[in-house]
Amino acid sequence: MDNRTDGRRWHDMGGQDAGPICDDQHDFSLWEKRVDALMILCSGKGYFTVDGLRRALEDMGEDAFESMSYYERWIASINQNLIESGAYTIEELGVKMAEVQARGETYGDASLGQ
Amino acid sequence: MPHDHHDHLSPSGHPYRQDDDTPLSYWQSMEIAVRELLVEKNITTLEEISTQIDKMDARGPALGAAVVARAWVDPAFKSRLLKDGSAASGEMGFDVGPMHLIALENTADTHNIVVCTLCSCYPRNLLGLPPDWYKSRAYRSRTVKEPRKVLSEFGVNLPNDTQIRVHDSTADMRYVVIPARPSGSEDLSEEDLAKLVTRDSMIGTGLAMMPNA
Repeated sequence: MDNRTDGRRWHDMGGQDAGPICDDQHDFSLWEKRVDALMILCSGKGYFTVDGLRRALEDMGEDAFESMSYYERWIASINQNLIESGAYTIEELGVKMAEVQARGETYGDASLGQ
Repeated sequence: MPHDHHDHLSPSGHPYRQDDDTPLSYWQSMEIAVRELLVEKNITTLEEISTQIDKMDARGPALGAAVVARAWVDPAFKSRLLKDGSAASGEMGFDVGPMHLIALENTADTHNIVVCTLCSCYPRNLLGLPPDWYKSRAYRSRTVKEPRKVLSEFGVNLPNDTQIRVHDSTADMRYVVIPARPSGSEDLSEEDLAKLVTRDSMIGTGLAMMPNA
């Protein structure tokens, strides 16, 4: 698959061979629901489009598809689109993430109990 | 349920993701940072985010099932649904958003199944968020190539002369399957009919349940 000669990119999966379909299901965590909500809200406010979301997702490449979860890829794409559209700068993000990570070791602590 | 596992199951009986049991991840810290920056810059508010989550939580297969049951009992509604899925769903008070909703009717000789080979497009406003398998490489890759085998893995074994139509979603439209109304359901009310309509039957990886099953 690394040496595709058919002109298709990695995400264009239709028709490839693959293993059995795993029907394990998880309930979405709060942080995942928040990522989903940020996508809907920010695209609704015109900061980016679903095409922008997908462009960043597809440019992450196949390794990200295998190594990151669905909403991990989404927050990475949302963040990239928001920086591109000028919602905040990459410096502001860096400062904020360091501040968040210093708050505690769990999601609840880092999210200030929210 | 074993006591020592109790805390790891959600009210629906599904396990929570490991994320909730492990230390803060890099991507979780990004979500918190992005959310706080957006609030600080007055782009959104915490209330708006939580309202959006509530809206999403309120959407599930029951909405799609109500549409299917209406189509089963009301031929005029069914023809409107097949002509313009978005408008017909809107009649029932279900806003499917800016996407075009296309309803696909299963018949005695045709079975429809929906996939999104490129990503994860799904009629979320009618069915809720997609199941994990819908977004998996295996489902996305194989459904367009060997739908009969995929269906059999979901326990759906169709006669060889049933035509299977595979529908690949795009970013601008969504599909929902109208499963065949099961035999023996003639006397059921619309409300009871809706209970026979499963999520998978509206994706095409399942059939409607039989009455009294």
